[in-house]
Amino acid sequence: MTTNVKKEKTIKWGEEPKIGWVEAMYLPAVLSGVATAVRHAFSGKPMTRQYPEVEPEIPANYRGVHRLNRDEEGRVKCVACYMCQTACPANCIEIIAAPAPKDDPHWQNRDKYPATFTIDELRCIYCGMCEEACPVDAIELTSIYDLTGLSREEMIFDKEKLLSVFDETIQSGKDPVRTNRGVLGPASEEASTAKQGPPPPGRGRHG
Amino acid sequence: MMSLFENLTAMWPTLWPTLAAIAVILAFVPILGLYMTFIERKLAAYVQDRVGPNRVGPLGLFQAIADGIKIFLKEQVIPDHVYTFLYFVAPTISLMTAMFALVVMPFGPVPVDYESGFRFVVAPGIDIGIIMMFAISSLSAYGIILGGWASNNKYSLYGAIRSCAQFISYEIPLGLSIIGVIAATGSLNIEKIVAAQSGSIWDWNLFWQPLALLIFFTSALAETNRLPFDLPECEQELVGGFHTEYGGIKFVLFFLAEYTHIVTVSFLTVLLFFGGWNFPGIRTDGTVLMMTAGTLILVLKVSLVVAFIMLLRWALPRFRFDQLMGLAWKGLIPLGMVNLFLVAIVLTFGLPKHLLAGTAFLLVVAAWISTYQLQRSLEYSATSRRVATDMRGASV
Repeated sequence: MTTNVKKEKTIKWGEEPKIGWVEAMYLPAVLSGVATAVRHAFSGKPMTRQYPEVEPEIPANYRGVHRLNRDEEGRVKCVACYMCQTACPANCIEIIAAPAPKDDPHWQNRDKYPATFTIDELRCIYCGMCEEACPVDAIELTSIYDLTGLSREEMIFDKEKLLSVFDETIQSGKDPVRTNRGVLGPASEEASTAKQGPPPPGRGRHG
Repeated sequence: MMSLFENLTAMWPTLWPTLAAIAVILAFVPILGLYMTFIERKLAAYVQDRVGPNRVGPLGLFQAIADGIKIFLKEQVIPDHVYTFLYFVAPTISLMTAMFALVVMPFGPVPVDYESGFRFVVAPGIDIGIIMMFAISSLSAYGIILGGWASNNKYSLYGAIRSCAQFISYEIPLGLSIIGVIAATGSLNIEKIVAAQSGSIWDWNLFWQPLALLIFFTSALAETNRLPFDLPECEQELVGGFHTEYGGIKFVLFFLAEYTHIVTVSFLTVLLFFGGWNFPGIRTDGTVLMMTAGTLILVLKVSLVVAFIMLLRWALPRFRFDQLMGLAWKGLIPLGMVNLFLVAIVLTFGLPKHLLAGTAFLLVVAAWISTYQLQRSLEYSATSRRVATDMRGASV
């Protein structure tokens, strides 16, 4: 009946499945449906996670709450270079740099350090760009996913809070230091395995 | 006054069993309603590979009670646009008819020649038992229709209208399907129907009336508005159907009515087709032990049927409305008539009843015929759609 109408070749006609007498009786289909339901009911393998009691396994490259790493001497690793603040697309990092106290032997080999380092955890979009921008691997994202607070003020993390996050996560052993100097984190695994070296200028992440 | 008291005293031996049975049913229905929601949620969870409610109490058993308390304490919202009187009457009628149908339903072994003492039925020995049950449970359509009408809302009204059409259509196969059983038993009395199945397991009506069981169960499922046939309240199209405007305690009444219906239907299925409280090897004589055994057997069978109804909800998609009507008028009613005809032949010529088990064969024939029709209509619609599309393409 379609011979007199020009048929376009790009159109594919789907055919309705033919229903045989077995299907038309409904009953086999009903029984197989019930069988599926019963099989699942007695499988005894629920997919439910009993969340507060059993915590989920977080992948290694999960991007949770930030922390500020300490170096071997316990000082804050950050050199106050503003790279993370510049890279941050949400403008949630605020750093005020200060010259390192020269007369203190503790700070002898350092020029600058952050006098304040504030991250607004509510403003952050957890993209991980600060982690990748950091030249000294001082800022890292941890696997803490259940951050809550009762006020906006307490969700603004200052330097001490961020360092305490480091202490906690290192102690619990859940989050080892992810990055090493000169090697990118697991989030950019592809780039590091390909061993392409640094990206050419002008094609950088923010170029 | 004195004579009334004397009358009551004289009536007491026959009065207290009835009152006790009424008390059992009145206590039974709300608790059952609460716990059936819990069981349904659990079963749904298991079918979907979940755990289900498990927080309130051991294994989540108190969830039903918590739900009950919560829903009883809810604010009573009466929308401005409803017909207030009917709005309040509708859920009441719905639950009342659902519970009234339980009057003739035995929930334990009831001997045909009952004596005084506690009996597992409110009104024993009613000779029109099954007719009364059908008549009363059909009245529950009244509650739904009034609810839909009083809500003064087009979706509720659509739900009510669908419900009405569905009830009218499925009453017919429901009645047709059990005529065979009644004719063979020679009585409408439920106790007698069960007593007729008290021999060996092969005397259960299931084994010589499988077709009737199928028709009965399908149409009874439609009468309860359960999932393959829950068009009166299908969420995707009608918000909530007839109970869209109802909340809190008024919704609970509708809800209880629905679950009472499920229980009634399960009881009827067991009593009419699965031998009621009979089980091979267990004779239900008058002793307490045997009565308990009989009750347990009945309850076990009924819970299996209820579980099956709940499983069907997660196994089958909802029918379209024309399919629903087609199933009743083109499928179940003709099959019911054929079944009735065969029963009449068997009974008239005194043939062995179990010849009728071969009625399953009829299913095959009927399905073959209906397939032929279905195939043709499918091909026709596919062709017409194709032509329509082509024409559209050509004109562009």
